[in-house]
Order: sequence, then C-alpha cells, then structure tokens
Amino acid sequence: MTEIPTAEFKNAVPLDDSPHGGQHVAPVEPSTMTLAVEDMHCGGCLRSVERAAMRVPGVETARASLAAKRLTVAYHPSETNEADVIAALDRVGFDAAPLEASKQDRGDQRQKYLLRRVAVAGFAAMNIMLISIAVWSGESGDMDPALAQMFRWLSALIALPTVLYAGDPFFSSALAALKGRRLNMDVPISLAIILATGMSVYQTMRESEQVYFDAAVMLLFFLLVGRYLDEALRVRARGEAQNLLSLQNGIATMLAADGTQSKVPASVLRPGDRILVAVGERVAADGVVAHGSGDIDQSLITGETMPVAASTGTEVYAGTLNLSRGLEIEVTAADDATLLAEISRLMMAAEQGKARYRILADRAARLYSPAVHALGLSTFIGWLAFGATWETALTYAIAVLIITCPCALALAVPVVQIAAASRLFKRGVMVKVPDGLERIAEIDTVVFDKTGTLTLGEPQLLDADNVSTETLASAATLASSSRHPFSRALVAAAQARLGSVEPARDVEETPGEGLLLKTPEGEEVRLGSAAWCNVDGADGRTAEVWYRSEQDDPVCFRFSDQLRSDAAETIAALKARGLDVALLSGDRDTVVASTAAEAGINVFAGELKPADKIAWLEERANEGRKVLMVGDGLNDAPALAAAHASMSPATAADISQRAADFVFQGKALSPVLEAVSTGSRARKMAFQNFGVALAYNSICVPLAMAGFVTPLIAAIVMSSSSILVTLNAARLAGGKRS
Amino acid sequence: MTALAWLVPAALFLGGLGLAAFLWALRSGQFEDLDGAAYRALEDEPPDEQDSEPE
Repeated sequence: MTEIPTAEFKNAVPLDDSPHGGQHVAPVEPSTMTLAVEDMHCGGCLRSVERAAMRVPGVETARASLAAKRLTVAYHPSETNEADVIAALDRVGFDAAPLEASKQDRGDQRQKYLLRRVAVAGFAAMNIMLISIAVWSGESGDMDPALAQMFRWLSALIALPTVLYAGDPFFSSALAALKGRRLNMDVPISLAIILATGMSVYQTMRESEQVYFDAAVMLLFFLLVGRYLDEALRVRARGEAQNLLSLQNGIATMLAADGTQSKVPASVLRPGDRILVAVGERVAADGVVAHGSGDIDQSLITGETMPVAASTGTEVYAGTLNLSRGLEIEVTAADDATLLAEISRLMMAAEQGKARYRILADRAARLYSPAVHALGLSTFIGWLAFGATWETALTYAIAVLIITCPCALALAVPVVQIAAASRLFKRGVMVKVPDGLERIAEIDTVVFDKTGTLTLGEPQLLDADNVSTETLASAATLASSSRHPFSRALVAAAQARLGSVEPARDVEETPGEGLLLKTPEGEEVRLGSAAWCNVDGADGRTAEVWYRSEQDDPVCFRFSDQLRSDAAETIAALKARGLDVALLSGDRDTVVASTAAEAGINVFAGELKPADKIAWLEERANEGRKVLMVGDGLNDAPALAAAHASMSPATAADISQRAADFVFQGKALSPVLEAVSTGSRARKMAFQNFGVALAYNSICVPLAMAGFVTPLIAAIVMSSSSILVTLNAARLAGGKRS
Repeated sequence: MTALAWLVPAALFLGGLGLAAFLWALRSGQFEDLDGAAYRALEDEPPDEQDSEPE
C-alpha cells in the first residue's frame, strides 16, 4: 500500500483547487465519514473491517472503534464515496451504514470537556490534600506558623486556577438556571465552591486556620466524577441507539433499467424501482414480486412462524425475510408509505401519550436544593443574631454548605447506573436509554409477545427420537441445501444427534413445495409438503414435512415453534418476584392458549392487532399499573413505545429495537429477569446511597451549624461518604461475563 | 526546612507532568476506543500509518 502518512495530510495546505498533479498525490484535504458497523466484536473483526476499508481505492485511512462499533474513514471524495466502502465491508460480511457526524460529536466533546476537568481537579485535590495533611498534623504545635502560612498560600495558588477552570460546568449551569429564575442542584454547588474559596483566601490573608481550599477542590473533584460518569453512560447509550438507527435505514440492491446493480440506502427507493433481495436478506421496501418465487418469513410482521410462499405478483412487506431464492421486487411504497412507516406513526402517537419520566436525581435535587440554601442562610443569620462577627457567621455557613453539598448525592445515581449498565452489558443486555434502568425498577406487570420473544421464533423438530437415525440423516442431507426454516430445524436436529451432516449435491428446490434429489441410481428422494411427496397428510398449513424415498414408507416430521429453553423458569421467577405476567400475541387464539399454558402464564390474549396491544396497555396504565413490554415483532413496536419500560431481543425487527429501552442477546429468556432484578437492585442501591448521604448530613449539619466543623472534619466527611457510595455501587458491577 | 523550598515545587512539577501526560493522551485520542486498543496490542503486523494518531 502506498498511503501517505496522516501527519503529512494534517499539515498539508490545499494550495490549489484544481488537482492537476495526478491522482496519487492529491494535495486536497481528505474528507471523513463515520460508519456504524454491526457485529464487530473482537480484534479480528476490527482488523478485517479496517483492511477491507483500506483496500477501497481513494481511502486514505480507516480506523475502527470497537467500543463505539464505528469506523472512521478519511477518503478522497473525487475517487470514492460512502457506498463503495459499505459495499467493501459487505463483501467481508459486515453490515455498515453512514452516520450523521454532527450529533455524535457533541456528546463526545462534552465527555472530553468533563474528563479534562476531572483530571485537573483530581490533580489539584491530591496536591492540596498533601499540603493540608501536613498543616493539620503540625497544628498540635511543632510546626512553624510561618511555614503553615506558606502552605496555605501554596494551597490557594493551586486552588484558585483549578476552581476557575474545573468549576466551569457548574457555574455556567447555575448561571443559566438563575437567568431562567429557577433553582437547580448547581446553584448551591456553585455557591459553596465560590464562597468557600473566596472566604479561604480572605482567611489566609488574615492568617486564620479556617481555610477550606481542600474541601472546595475535593468537592469539585467528586462532583465532576459524578457528572462525567453520567455523561459517559448517556453518550454510550445514545451512540448505540444511533448505530441501530443508522443500520436499519438499510441498504438495498437496486436494479437499474439496463441491468446494472447498485447498493443504495433504502430511504431513496421510490415506487416503481426494482430491487433484488438475495436469500437471507430482508426486503427493504413494500412491493410486489416482479420476478422469481420463494418463501418469505413474515414472522416479524404477523407473528406467524410458517413461511409464506411468494411468486410473481405476491405482495411483500418491508422487514420480511427472504428464505429460499433471490427475488426481484418492484417497489410499490417506500419511505413514509410503507407498513413500517404506519407502525412508526402509531409508535409516535403512543410515545406522546406517555408522560415524560422524571429521573430520580432530578426529583431529589428539587427537594434538596432549597433545603440547603435555607440551612446555610439560617446558620449565617443565627450566628449573627447571637452576636458573632460576620466572618465567623459566614465561615460556619460555608461549613454547612460544604457539608450538605450533595457530593454523595450527585454521585449516588450515576455510579449505580454505570455499575448496573456494565453488569447488564456483561450478561448480554444493552441499556439503550439510561433512565430505562429507573423505570424497569418500578414495573409490576410483564407482558410478553409470543413468536420470537417467548419462543425462539424458529420451528424445532418435534419427537425427533421417534425417527430412525438413518432416515433423519438422509433427510437432513437433502435439507442442508435449503434455507427454509423447517430444513434448518431438521439439519439442526440431525447435527444434534449425529454430529455432522453431509450436504447432498444437485438438490432441486421448488419454493413452497419441497426438495427433490435424483440419486445416481435413478432413484427419486423427496422432502416437502404432503402433496409434494404424494401422501395424504393433514392438508393446509400444518407444520409438517414429509420425507419419501422410493423403497421406504413416507416419514412425517412435525415442527413447532418451541419456547425458549428457560422460558418457564424465567416466568416462574418473575412471578416469584410478585410481578403479573401476561402474553399478548397476534397469533391464533388456540396457539396462544397452548403456549401460555406451557410457559405457565394465566393471562393471555390472541389475535391482537398493534392498536389492540396499545389499548390493552392503556387499560392497565389507567389502572395505575406499570408494564414492562417484551416484544420483537414489527407489530409490537408501538406497544414497546407505549409501555412504561420495554425490552426486545437482538433478533427483533429494527424498529422494535429502536423503540425498546433494553436489547438482549442470545437464546435464553433469562436476560429479562436479569434486567428486572438489576433494575430493582440499582434502585435499591440508589436509595441506600441517598440514605448514606442523608445520614452523614443529619449528623454533620447540626455540628456544622453549631460551628464545630473544622476544615479537617469537612474533608474527611466528604471523601468518606463519596467513597462509601461508590463502593456500594461497585457491588452491582461484579460477576462474570456470560 | 529550606529543603521544602525546592521539594514542594519539585513535587508539584512532577505531578503536573503526569497531568500534562494525561491531557496529552486524551487529546491525541488514546481514550477513544479502550476495547479495541486491547486487541491492537496483540496485532502481529508491524504498525503502519493507520495506527498513528487518528484525526
């Protein structure tokens, strides 16, 4: 590769707008693009993503971020574009989509802005503490007063610039609140820091011992840590949500009139366009099949696991999965006219109906901050009234402000949320909305969708043990060439019993009917519907597949969509926590009833449309109940948006993942239980932390008001309560990665 | 006691050096991808231009 080092480009000045010097050394500053990349999990993925992007001509540098699941590419717009890079990534097996740069940068910048201040405040706090400890230990007598005084001036020298620089986030927020004639948590914080610093400078000049530089800067440090953690969680959650959003905009293969294919974002498709949908791909827009025939998995839309046969003229919907053969589709509706868009509108309506959730920390601040001001003020006035000098009165009032300052309170919620989010992340649950953790702790009802949520959403072979090993092996040999869900279930069952399956060659697949193999001996072996195998099977849409070779009797394989393996336990555990569990499905009543019985759910309803699900949820909401909705289908998306808290599996329709507060991975249902229990533990811990902060205050505030709090006590109280709160939260983060 | 006159500034200077190093690392993007960096260390390939500091 002959790339020019980045550094040169940074310093390169575009001398001339017209690059006449040939294309290898273009003196033009490269543009950058940011792509969201799905399924990038390890160092190997990271490397192959970067390599694939670097191989695209015109790409200058490519750097992937594993934490953000993003790829940043510097490229020459004259030689390449986003679609080329996306296509290159597609060839190595990664889905990618362009990301709007502006939104993401702002969050990152705020995070860095806070981190810089955390670093400076931390440095200053440590050094001032070092000096303060020397002064305190020397106070008993053997320290030269002149040296103590020099140390105080040294503290002032470190503290003043630090407060100016690192206090900025609080000062500007407090100022904004005061301008809007409001009070927020930052007002008492700013007041305490400014007063403590100002008063300490004054006391240093008077050579007094009442100097609070250490407390002021440490306060700043702990508060900044809380702010930073809060922002970091927010940025991560927002980034993940944004990746999901970009990826689902989707890339479609458009077929031009002259037969050339190009990858385009699904959002630019217009009615009349032709798109190609390869096997295993999702249909990008509503349309009719123009050419070809195959099986379509509509389970995300209808909740029905049985694939539907599609041939020329069949209507297909955006988001459905093509199973057996490439299809050419004429787009009839795109963008805001699709079924998907209609669901989105339902979702938006549902979201608007939902009251805005007020996060715990805000509610605490609303109560707390007037109380702090009142206490500080009454201390000042009280001491003046008892005839103290204004300096003494103000010193005691500052001590009250510093003691009450919500250090532990500001840390209480962010540390718990960070710990809870990383615990869930290790267990395969992604927290998309930080306050989802608070909302999931309040729920009293859990509502599941059936297909794909409670069940795996793919058929499993029933009674596999009744089938002889030989028959299973030869049927699986045929089935391994097909992507039909029944075929895959058959292969999976055979693999479970035999270890491996040898695929047959020259198998013909007739979509909607079955598979045919002509052996070299001239024998015909068939696998498919009853009609295909010429037997009298139960007609219609029963989930069965027949296998027939010429010399043997036909064998019937039955399939059904099975519950996730731990569904019954998880539901029992949820019930044991005192939660009501219900099952809502778009599927037929009888199927829903039997699934509910198997999973141990007493409350269920079938044949529900998306609007019916919302109505059901609203009814519960009116009764004052708070519902956690767990669903995966397109038809669940509005309900996910309407529920108090929501989860969806990673296999869910994109729009559902977008609506959900949590997304979980894997074949087990236990992450739902994990999220619920972590949420309620996090809530309990947040309250414990509030309790710790309040306990400290209830002991120290009277002391401070009485004037007994020295700078030493203030510093000890503040750091020990903050550390205690953090350690308490750390209990939540432990545990193994699963 | 005169030792303090140079010991304290020296301590502050060394601490400040650490702070400066951290701020530099932050600015040069070394905290952008903590997960990926762990894997990059195991990469066999010699570092090339794309492993230099990102934009």
